[in-house]
Amino acid sequence: MLQTLRTYFSDDFDWLPDLVTPHYYPQLAGKLLLHYEIPLDEPHLISALSQNVLIKVSGLEHHFWGFRCRRCGNKEQHLFAEIPHAACGKDCVYCRCCIQMGRVTECEPLYFGSPNVAWPRFENPCAWKGELTFSQQTAADEIRNVIQLGKGEKLIWAVCGAGKTEMLFPGLTEAFSSGKRVCLATPRTDVVRELLPRLKAAFPNVEIEALYGDSPNKQGAAQFLIATTHQLLRFAHAFDVMIIDEIDAFPFHQDPALHYASKRAAKIDSSLIYLTATPRKAQHKRIRNKTLPVVFIPKRFHGHPLPVPKLKLTPSLFHHLKRGKIPPSLLEKIKQQQQSNRQLLIFMPSVKQADQIAEYLRKWKMIVESVHAEDPKRADKVMAFRKKHYPILVTTTILERGVTFPSVDVYVVDAGHSVFDEAALVQIAGRAGRSPDDPYGEVIFFHTGKTNPLLDARESIMKMNRLGEKL
Amino acid sequence: MRCLICHEETIPKITWTNFWSLPEKEVLCIVCRSMFQPLKPGCPLCFREGEKGVCEDCQWWEQTHPGLLAKNTSVFQYNEFAKDFVARWKYRGDYILLEALQWHVVEHFSRMRNSDYIIAPIPLSEERSYERGFNQSEAIIDLLNQRPHSLLERRNSEKQSKKGRYARITSNNPFKLIQSVRQPVMLVDDIYTTGTTVRHAASLLKQAGCPAVTSFTIFR
Repeated sequence: MLQTLRTYFSDDFDWLPDLVTPHYYPQLAGKLLLHYEIPLDEPHLISALSQNVLIKVSGLEHHFWGFRCRRCGNKEQHLFAEIPHAACGKDCVYCRCCIQMGRVTECEPLYFGSPNVAWPRFENPCAWKGELTFSQQTAADEIRNVIQLGKGEKLIWAVCGAGKTEMLFPGLTEAFSSGKRVCLATPRTDVVRELLPRLKAAFPNVEIEALYGDSPNKQGAAQFLIATTHQLLRFAHAFDVMIIDEIDAFPFHQDPALHYASKRAAKIDSSLIYLTATPRKAQHKRIRNKTLPVVFIPKRFHGHPLPVPKLKLTPSLFHHLKRGKIPPSLLEKIKQQQQSNRQLLIFMPSVKQADQIAEYLRKWKMIVESVHAEDPKRADKVMAFRKKHYPILVTTTILERGVTFPSVDVYVVDAGHSVFDEAALVQIAGRAGRSPDDPYGEVIFFHTGKTNPLLDARESIMKMNRLGEKL
Repeated sequence: MRCLICHEETIPKITWTNFWSLPEKEVLCIVCRSMFQPLKPGCPLCFREGEKGVCEDCQWWEQTHPGLLAKNTSVFQYNEFAKDFVARWKYRGDYILLEALQWHVVEHFSRMRNSDYIIAPIPLSEERSYERGFNQSEAIIDLLNQRPHSLLERRNSEKQSKKGRYARITSNNPFKLIQSVRQPVMLVDDIYTTGTTVRHAASLLKQAGCPAVTSFTIFR
């Protein structure tokens, strides 16, 4: 009784068998799959099962007080339902929480693949020839130490544009030269798409694979995976090094299933590295309690301060937005901005408004595109904007983080809206001035009345700049 | 209660008529409910919206295969929201999701129900039914609280939804009759797109001497 209560409330994954069978199926290593997801034909599957490369574990835990899904950790009883199941002929309970990744039922097992694959070791995997700044180097050394040690946690708290990706390179070099498996997980698909070419260029010989909702390749068989956090629902005890980028981003920070999955995807002895520019309450608390070792970098890699956002009051904003327009003062400002060499990134609180405003600006003979999360051409539009094919991009919060445009000004329209919390505003402001050739950029928050997130965001950017100056 | 689709808490409306009674079970929140568009009557044969008189597709069917399907009745528009709904329910296998539509579908069904008709599901191949875990048209019949009569069987397991319009209309009949009936039959399915599936089934039933075939589908 106590034992079952303990397993129900703690996430220590002792239901996963200690499976160490060495094998040559990288596509199965550290996977937790449904039957139809297994990339083997029936005879191979049977032989894999008999060799203990794969082991069946039941997908749902049934306690007398309720169920728990082992794949997504769901304990909410309203997210379980019954189906008259044709495969077993009975009414079967299934989990509705992770149903988008396929159905986990009571009667069908999950297949856990042994993580023990001999990954290649590389002499000199890193082809990146750039140099790290002093503060980047400090962080990079700390990361390498954690990876060398093979266990422990580390939070890298670095401002937007501090060069977080580059800081990882020495640590990744260490990991690949000792034959470790690495996963870089992030909540955002755009970030995965952006990181893949950069990391491929830096580690040309290491097998790197990107995994996200509609990625062309879904094997998950490479030594180095760059994945969205949702994809971790299919992994268990797979990685020696787990790097989670943007831990404070939606949907990771409020979805318990993703926390559960990322915890399970790492091996019991593994190095965990978290990257963020804007830690949330939970992390602040752990930093204060000294239970989470942290490296703090308040300076951008090019040494220039972060652009401090200007707040601009536009009282007639709602009046115009309702009619699908923008106030004349803002329009004037945009026209003025277009005289300069910089591109313009405009953030809107909702998809509908983003489309409307893009349409409105087109009437004034400006070349404008708008993107939102469900946009089928999202990746192409972002890529074209980065290549400077058009001057103005109107977006929702999907581009708030992880993406780099060399030289942009950033306007946030209706910055007091509840979708723009402090973290989002800091991240949005961090899109400007990222390149050493143009380290400045204008960030303006157009609002109808100052709100706490607006002021807090500006305050925290100014604080970072003060701390950065001291270095 | 929580909404079956978005998992948000549903807030039941309190009026003077239900002030003293126990709260009813609301399985769908107001936002999700408003996304389903009930169909307005259109083509008298296939229920296509916005048509005055028989639509082009039905005219074509009536010329090539006269009198196969007496009438199709549908409940909701197959809009983007409905597409996501069907994908999650049928392909991902979220069985209970269908209950979200009970409020309107059952009401609609009972209004047009004729007790002479026996209810038959569109069959699924054994392979597909094992993979999916349930037969979507039997699930609908279950929702309507009716008794299904298995009259047909599927021979192969090609997916209709993966084919184009022309390939669908000209495809071979995938069904096989296992029982002939002398009563009129109502076929039940989830979506009516080109009407090929129900007409394939209807043609077999008619050949075996069934006097009339109609169909009831949730989406059109």
